[in-house]
Amino acid sequence: MSVQATPLLQVSNLHIDYHSAQGDVPGVTGISFELHAGEVLAIVGESGSGKSTTAAALVGLLAESARVRGGSIRLDGRELLGLGERQWQQVRGVRIGFVPQDPGLSLDPVKRVGAQLVEAMTVHGLPRAVARDRSLGLLREVGLPAVEQLARRYPHELSGGMRQRVLVAMGLANRPALVIADEPTSALDVNVQRQVLDCLQGLAQERQAAVILITHDLDVALQRADRVLVMHRGRVVESGAAAQVLRQPRHAYTRALLAAAPSAQAACVRQRSPAQWALAPILEVSGLHKSFATWRQPGPPAVDDVSFEVPRGGTTSLVGASGSGKSTTARLLLGLERADGGSVRFNGRELLGASRRDWRELRRQIQVVYQNPYASLNPRLSLAQIISEPLQAFAVGTAATRRQRVADLLAQVHVPATLIDNRPDSLSGGQRQRVAIARALALEPELVVLDEPLSALDVLVQQQILELLDELQQRLGLSYLFISHDLAVVRRISDRVVVMQGGRVVEQGVCEEVFSRPVHGFTQGLLGAAVGVPQL
Amino acid sequence: MKRLFLVLAIAILLTAVGWALWPGLFSHADPLLGVPTQALQAPGAQHWFGTDQLGRDLYSRTVYGAGLSLRATLLAVLIALASGIVLGVLSGFFGGWLDAGLMRLVEVLMAVPALLLAMAVITVLGFGTLNIALAVGLSAVASFARLVRGEVLRWRVSTFVEAASACAVRPWTVIARHILPPVAGPVLALAALEFGSAVLAVSALSFLGFGAPPPQPEWGLLVAEGRNYMVTAWWYTGLPGLVVAAVVIAANQLARALQARQGVYR
Amino acid sequence: MTRLAQRALASAVRYWLGRLAQAGVVLWAAFSVSFVILYALPSDPVSIMLNQSGEQTSVDAAQVARLRAEYHLDQPVIVQYGLALERALHLDFGHSIQTGQPVAGALLQALPATAQLAFAALALALLLGVGLALIASLTRVAWLRDALLGVPALAVSLPTFWLGLLLLQGFSFGLHWFPAMGNRGLPALVLPALTLAIPTAAIIAQVLLRSMATVQRQPFVEALRAKGLGWPRVVCRHILHNALIPVLSLAGVIVGSLLAGSVVTETVFSRQGVGRLAQAAVSVQDIPMVQGVVVLAAVIFVLVNLLVDALYPWLDPRLGKR
Repeated sequence: MSVQATPLLQVSNLHIDYHSAQGDVPGVTGISFELHAGEVLAIVGESGSGKSTTAAALVGLLAESARVRGGSIRLDGRELLGLGERQWQQVRGVRIGFVPQDPGLSLDPVKRVGAQLVEAMTVHGLPRAVARDRSLGLLREVGLPAVEQLARRYPHELSGGMRQRVLVAMGLANRPALVIADEPTSALDVNVQRQVLDCLQGLAQERQAAVILITHDLDVALQRADRVLVMHRGRVVESGAAAQVLRQPRHAYTRALLAAAPSAQAACVRQRSPAQWALAPILEVSGLHKSFATWRQPGPPAVDDVSFEVPRGGTTSLVGASGSGKSTTARLLLGLERADGGSVRFNGRELLGASRRDWRELRRQIQVVYQNPYASLNPRLSLAQIISEPLQAFAVGTAATRRQRVADLLAQVHVPATLIDNRPDSLSGGQRQRVAIARALALEPELVVLDEPLSALDVLVQQQILELLDELQQRLGLSYLFISHDLAVVRRISDRVVVMQGGRVVEQGVCEEVFSRPVHGFTQGLLGAAVGVPQL
Repeated sequence: MKRLFLVLAIAILLTAVGWALWPGLFSHADPLLGVPTQALQAPGAQHWFGTDQLGRDLYSRTVYGAGLSLRATLLAVLIALASGIVLGVLSGFFGGWLDAGLMRLVEVLMAVPALLLAMAVITVLGFGTLNIALAVGLSAVASFARLVRGEVLRWRVSTFVEAASACAVRPWTVIARHILPPVAGPVLALAALEFGSAVLAVSALSFLGFGAPPPQPEWGLLVAEGRNYMVTAWWYTGLPGLVVAAVVIAANQLARALQARQGVYR
Repeated sequence: MTRLAQRALASAVRYWLGRLAQAGVVLWAAFSVSFVILYALPSDPVSIMLNQSGEQTSVDAAQVARLRAEYHLDQPVIVQYGLALERALHLDFGHSIQTGQPVAGALLQALPATAQLAFAALALALLLGVGLALIASLTRVAWLRDALLGVPALAVSLPTFWLGLLLLQGFSFGLHWFPAMGNRGLPALVLPALTLAIPTAAIIAQVLLRSMATVQRQPFVEALRAKGLGWPRVVCRHILHNALIPVLSLAGVIVGSLLAGSVVTETVFSRQGVGRLAQAAVSVQDIPMVQGVVVLAAVIFVLVNLLVDALYPWLDPRLGKR
């Protein structure tokens, strides 16, 4: 593709803060990049990295509390920062097209899809009749079928992939020179992702538009973009040609991202000796069954004939997409839901049908760590109160000895003891999760159920927590039931892997077996979709 | 600016409470004894709110009326609050048929406007300040019960409450330590709001003639009496009514300030 | 009829049967609650009914006996309840102690006047409430927006009886624009409707403003602005429609508060209607009439909610056809 002399978009030294009652929180600091017509630039980062702030700044839709402290954004030589609202209305949708992500609500739910597409054009002066014709053409171009009927539908009647394609059509309707796509594929499954990205790239190339692709998925970025910008905590930590970034990442964060990508073909890490395998499993599940269907709301069972085991002192991972039944399985094992059938043996003892009193005792041995460290700790209590709560519930020791134990636990999870009387809101996400782990360890359990414990944390912090979990397992002889949808994490921590789909176990076995020789179609799909980083 | 309004609101409420508890401190005229020659005089230096048809000082009557009206209001709110909390916690935390039954009852109670319910209760209890308080209180229980139940349900399924259960903390301890503290805020805000509504309901019922009989100076009754002299004596209906409006506005202002403060833990 | 249409019809029938059954339960429950309050709880309803305005009139033995027989008051409570329920199903709620007229008849006669008042008030309230919310959302003048946002809280705190009397004093006695009392004609409707409309408009405005604030936070609003739409267009063509959906769900409560407000308003403006009837009934402790009013309120509430249910799919296409 030809690279013109003058860049279409020039961002220099952009500096944006968010003003709040507690002071100023930095949004982006010192961002600079350029974009030429016909180029595809990917901005990669996790939540909190500043990529959404950058995107918002480019269309003049920053939040009320945002303050631009410095820098400039030039489109075709014209300065965009400081434009009035009326002037922005002549830029948005016409010179800069925006394709938002669709968590289900990027289209007005009470207006028909076709009408919304037509509106994107009529609002910039196109006569209605012309706009209507063009809208049908656009819908065809993005690969949607039966466009006349589809245009008369409401957004909730379309699938996520179709809605996303309508949003692509809307973004490109007026042939803008620059298209910004904000996470256009995050809520979609792998095949649909490919379709949407293909149509976006196709349309853009045809019109020689420049594309900024914002994503948290490094694989997508490396596959589709010419250049990649990696952002972390409001700064650009890496930028360069896609191939360059892939082969020679300079920053630790980029390396961590690459390692965490599902396509990274790391081997299963865990080793277990034959003596360890010979031990009786700590948890044996067979034929577990649970259905939430009622005569008013029929549906398939949430957990259907699920069987697996957790090795003593080892880790079993439950893998699957959301809705696969893994969280429900965990809740059944913890006694938080009542199972409809099957058997669960913990240390040889049957759990299903245990009374509430039995469960009180069992809670000393089976504990849980939740996914969201921001929600699993009571914001009103201090760390000391939170961690000592299980000790108090069993009247273990005196207040003084409990406090000592809390201090010990904090040391075990590497949280500074000075924070013992603080409230959770003064801690970072990673620290909060450590506190949650400390609470789970308070009663010295044998089995810990971890329900997606890393999903809310960024990639670097994830690694640290994984190391902590490893360390604790070795030292305390814990067994883990680890629930996750993230294959890279699962590879790292599991001895056994159980793959679930639609409430059933579709595949299970030793970690290495499942990952290198998957038998079931779904597992193959999961692993195969992850393959595909082009060897540039 | 908002600060100023809040301060003003608290000042008004404190004044009203002062009138209720120590009326003699705020007014030296006799609320029940009138000087007939001074009947229906416009507000002036001697009579701040003017006089009524019997020559009684209207300001004094309003001050003494505060005691009756506010006592009834407070009683009503306390009845509704206590019953509502108990019902809401039982319903929200334990669920099951208890919850289903209670919620059906609450739904029915919301199908009939509170004023009409209160009027039905008055019909069988008879008139008087205490009876008005009971009636208004009972008609407001549903509103509290629904809020408390909703909040209890909301916090019951929150992750940290479930985490506490998973740590084997006993149910009543979970309620006291984890669920009630976040519920207290919204309940207090609703109480302030319902205080305003109760003042309106109590004064409306006494306006309609269901409260204490004359010569007791209930606020609503004062306005009703003034109605007969509306054409010539604007102060008779205007000023006591203004006091009612001011108290309700102040209570609502306080309620909004309380609600705003809760943004912290949501 | 095609298979699909058959299934849709069957599901619609099932849905409406369910809603009607639910409505029936609410009516039955309202009747029962009012029965408990008015007949079961008091130790002797007859003496209450005959106790006119707090004076102990000398009770006529024959009258007492007639009343006891009519309301079966010598029977156990359960039997009383069953008989009363049976009569209620025939729309017989007894006779007014005061006038001797059948309760149901008297209420139906009084209903049109109150309905007229309520409709007028509702129309005014919608105009004022929605208008205020729109202006507050669209204006760029900061002090105007702050002032408008404070108005509903103020208006909802005003006692209805005081407001009505003020309006009377000002516009009727003072300026002689409108008559002071009476049922006839449009001029006599203005002040009562306005009195009733103001607090209702405040509620509508409050709910609508809150709803608009919620809708504003949804992603599609940002997407609309990114298309290049100006703010007035985003509000009027997109936000308003979405924001009105939750407001519709309050219709039952709003109509209920109009009915309650009519008690005071009709008293202040000396109009005939259900409200006046209710006030008179309570003042002489006319138990049958009071029960009739309570049941009527429940009936109106239930009907309004059924109507809202039928209208909902038109407003919110996500709900599917019923």
